[in-house]
Amino acid sequence: MAQLSKPMVKRPFSLRQQDARVAWLLLVPSLIVLLGVTFWPILYTFILSFQNAPSGINQVRTFVGLGNYLEMLKDTGFWETIGRTMYFTVASVSVELILGLAVAQLIHSRPWGWKFLRFSLIIPWAVPTIVNGSMWRWIYSADFGALNGVLMQLGLIKHYIPWLTFPNLAMPLVIVADVWHMMPFVALILQAALAGLPAELDEAASVDGANAWQRFWKIRFPLLRPAILVALIARTVDAFRVFDIVYILTNGGPASKTMTITYLTYLNSFSYGKQGIGAALSFLISFFTIAMAIIYIRVLYRPEEN
Amino acid sequence: MHVRKYLSKFFLSLITLPVLVFIFFPVLWLLMASFSTQVELFSIPPHWIPLHPTIQNYLDIFVPSLAASTVPRTFAVSIWNSFRIASMVTIICVMIGSLAAYALVRIPFKMNRAIQLGIMGTRMIPEVSLVLPLFMIASTLKWINKPVVLVVTYLSFALPYTIWLLMTYFQTVPIELEEAARLDGCNRLGILFRVVMPISIPGLISTGMFVFLLAWDEFFYALIFTSTLASKTAPVAISEFVGRYSVNITGMMAGGILAALPPVILAFLFQRYIVRGMTAGAVKG
Amino acid sequence: MRPINKFLIGLLTLAMIISVVGCGAKTSGPVTIHILTQDQAGMKPAEIDQIARDFEALNPDIKVVMEYVGYDAIHDKITTGMAANPPAYDASMIDVIWPDEFIKAGYLLDVTSRVTSDMKTGIFPSAWNGVTRNGKIYGMPWLMDTKYFMYNKDILQQAGFSAPPKTWEELVTQATKIKQMGLVEFPIVWSWAQLEAVVCDFTVLLYGDGGTFLDANGKPSFNNAAGVQVLTWMKQTIDAGLTNPTSITADENAVRDNFIAGNSAFAVNWLFQYSDSNNPAISKIVGKAAFAPMPVFAAGASAGVVSSSVDGSSSFGIMATTPNPDQTWKFLEYLTSNAIQTKFSAEMLPIWQADFQGDALTQLLAATPTNPITVPAFLGQFPYANERPTVSYYNEGSAALRLAIQQALTGIKTPQQALDEAAATWVTLAGK
Repeated sequence: MAQLSKPMVKRPFSLRQQDARVAWLLLVPSLIVLLGVTFWPILYTFILSFQNAPSGINQVRTFVGLGNYLEMLKDTGFWETIGRTMYFTVASVSVELILGLAVAQLIHSRPWGWKFLRFSLIIPWAVPTIVNGSMWRWIYSADFGALNGVLMQLGLIKHYIPWLTFPNLAMPLVIVADVWHMMPFVALILQAALAGLPAELDEAASVDGANAWQRFWKIRFPLLRPAILVALIARTVDAFRVFDIVYILTNGGPASKTMTITYLTYLNSFSYGKQGIGAALSFLISFFTIAMAIIYIRVLYRPEEN
Repeated sequence: MHVRKYLSKFFLSLITLPVLVFIFFPVLWLLMASFSTQVELFSIPPHWIPLHPTIQNYLDIFVPSLAASTVPRTFAVSIWNSFRIASMVTIICVMIGSLAAYALVRIPFKMNRAIQLGIMGTRMIPEVSLVLPLFMIASTLKWINKPVVLVVTYLSFALPYTIWLLMTYFQTVPIELEEAARLDGCNRLGILFRVVMPISIPGLISTGMFVFLLAWDEFFYALIFTSTLASKTAPVAISEFVGRYSVNITGMMAGGILAALPPVILAFLFQRYIVRGMTAGAVKG
Repeated sequence: MRPINKFLIGLLTLAMIISVVGCGAKTSGPVTIHILTQDQAGMKPAEIDQIARDFEALNPDIKVVMEYVGYDAIHDKITTGMAANPPAYDASMIDVIWPDEFIKAGYLLDVTSRVTSDMKTGIFPSAWNGVTRNGKIYGMPWLMDTKYFMYNKDILQQAGFSAPPKTWEELVTQATKIKQMGLVEFPIVWSWAQLEAVVCDFTVLLYGDGGTFLDANGKPSFNNAAGVQVLTWMKQTIDAGLTNPTSITADENAVRDNFIAGNSAFAVNWLFQYSDSNNPAISKIVGKAAFAPMPVFAAGASAGVVSSSVDGSSSFGIMATTPNPDQTWKFLEYLTSNAIQTKFSAEMLPIWQADFQGDALTQLLAATPTNPITVPAFLGQFPYANERPTVSYYNEGSAALRLAIQQALTGIKTPQQALDEAAATWVTLAGK
């Protein structure tokens, strides 16, 4: 408080300075933690990404500039993996979004049991990823899987089918498992956003003679845009870095058809002993995620509507 | 008109059925399988309700002396570890993260934006890439195989996440309240602790929930940083139920059910807060 | 800017406090050694723990901490654990395919001078081969395993076959009949998932066709005629419905699950499958599983190949940077000693040759109900176990081969094309 009594000219500056000190005081605990466990490790990995760094205690790390990045960018395997990861990301996120929006709209229309439905949505989302992955692995099992059991009892198949052995089917099946896990999350966000919209909007529009479809696209969708953007970015950032569910469900097979970019990073860093390449891949992943987030914001974000 | 409304409600209710089946079929099957013997699980066509239900898989976990193999015997310990670690991470994150989030939202200062960007940016890096440097720190401090190593390394992703969630929450706190308090002679810290924190309790709870689930879910750090039976977490234990030379598929299913219970129960208890947290832009990683 | 200076000073102080707390306080009590191993093969963790406690009683100055993890996590844990100094583990289980990579990385301690002549002559020479490079020994043998050919006696009998197949061609004939009779839908099951398991099975078949992994100059030769023939044969057995198509996603567990459920007549797997097939809690074929020598291809047989399998042994290696090499070695010596291995032979067969001769053999056979079957099977099959290439880039090379095999099996590429590409990767890796 002592500063406040100083001459008027200095007062605003002092106030701000005092505020800035408080800000640092509040930030220090978090910054110390982050410096140690986040920023420093990221910096370490960043430096590593410019080095040829074979794992080993007697191995010399040499500076290779952009060598690791260029090696990856020139590698067709890398681009195939990026393409596959994009496939997973775009497919799972769009299915989650469309289904999520439909389920949210369904809850919003208050059918019988809507409260139970909203309550049920929490289950898949709260199930740990590892449990989810193992569960679907057994559901798809060719020996005793529930999927085969159901289809056979419905008379749709005569023999149990080894679902995960088909190169073009494996990724869609991983996506189904991910959709089961994360669609409820999207639905809950959008449902909450729908609930927040003023009810008069709809009534006014139905008086104007707009049908349900038009009412949705013309009136609700624009207002839902911020919530959709939040769900979209959050899901994309996570989907692009997918690892656990693939690790448990398919190990990247068959014929690498479910090998995603984070899995490739893991293999390079730990199994192949190429830590420099692994580090470079980490930053390429961040580059792609940030790029996608920017695209979404460009397309969907309309500040004038808020 | 009434009939039409009733009909449309009826059809909408019909649509909820497939959605409910999609949600419940996998978990119910998991639950049923966890009460089966392995021989029965393999029957074709499947026994949707086990003819010879057994609680052996759960007994193996809860009465460790009966279990034939190590994994179920130590599973209860893993659940307890997960619980301790996730709780510690949650408490630390909410305590220090709320301070940081408030400063970033409400106090303008020179590096504010840079720090915000730095914190957001960390969410774009895959966890896998931080393992090596984190291991070097943990090992220097002799933390390997101790719960503290997971608490600290989980902070690397949980804290930025907490700060982000709470920032979106604090943005919804009316600034007028703070200005009024300031006119009453409160300084920044006074405003924070007497005005902002009390009315943000729902936000703090929902954030805590999200962080707890995130920490409970974590697999890869736990896999690398711990290997003693006493220090493993539930996800790692589950991944070891069916290993290269061990056979315990139904045991794994029982373990899966048990590992899913705490987060599901917690999510139910705080359902209200979760939806609220989500509206404020909350996200599970 | 002053707040930042204060902040930095605060940070430095904190860092100092942490480093003092973290690194101080060296106690002068017993030395603690950390041993990493798997909880999935060989002795049960409870048994190894018991051995460790007995050892501690004999050596009060050493405390042993055993750490049990899944097989798939061990390699990565060693790599990460060695990034720290002192390392996180003093010794670890080492799979037979890892020594070259770990020796190149400097992870393994040269223990040549510690190995006594009793050990040298007492333990099977092939077990020593697995840990010896350029005349130096980098570990203590622990477990000897190989893949076995097992069949379901019942199914063969019903199909009217009095003896198991001697060649893979004969296997196809028998399997075709079994399938036609509808005894099982898919008579054969393999572990052909995109894991190391598929390379193991490929090695079995490749050498059984007279092929080799690498030629005399260390260049890849798995894409020669024999390799292409073998891979074509693998694909054909799937297309003909003889090999269970799940094999493409099956690891050794899945093979065991399928076989002990009575869903297949033939299965190639490690030893553990036999005892599981006789465990009534999980098996539908108790008493029906039998061993036969691993078949070969007719071409291999005419070239003089009697049988062909793959070596899946493991050892314990001491980490090069451990501050406690003597104490660690002392424990490993105890753990792998003849007395201990004989005592616990119910879970894994000993590595000591003496156990398979004279009175010791009688004792070994009587030790468990399955030993009268498994001991002769081991003695018959292990001499034909082929090693996978001993190169430092094995993991990455093997990954390329796994992909190639899977691409051929799923029809994405022809066997020739796929194997040629894997061989090209192998050459690139060798050149680095």
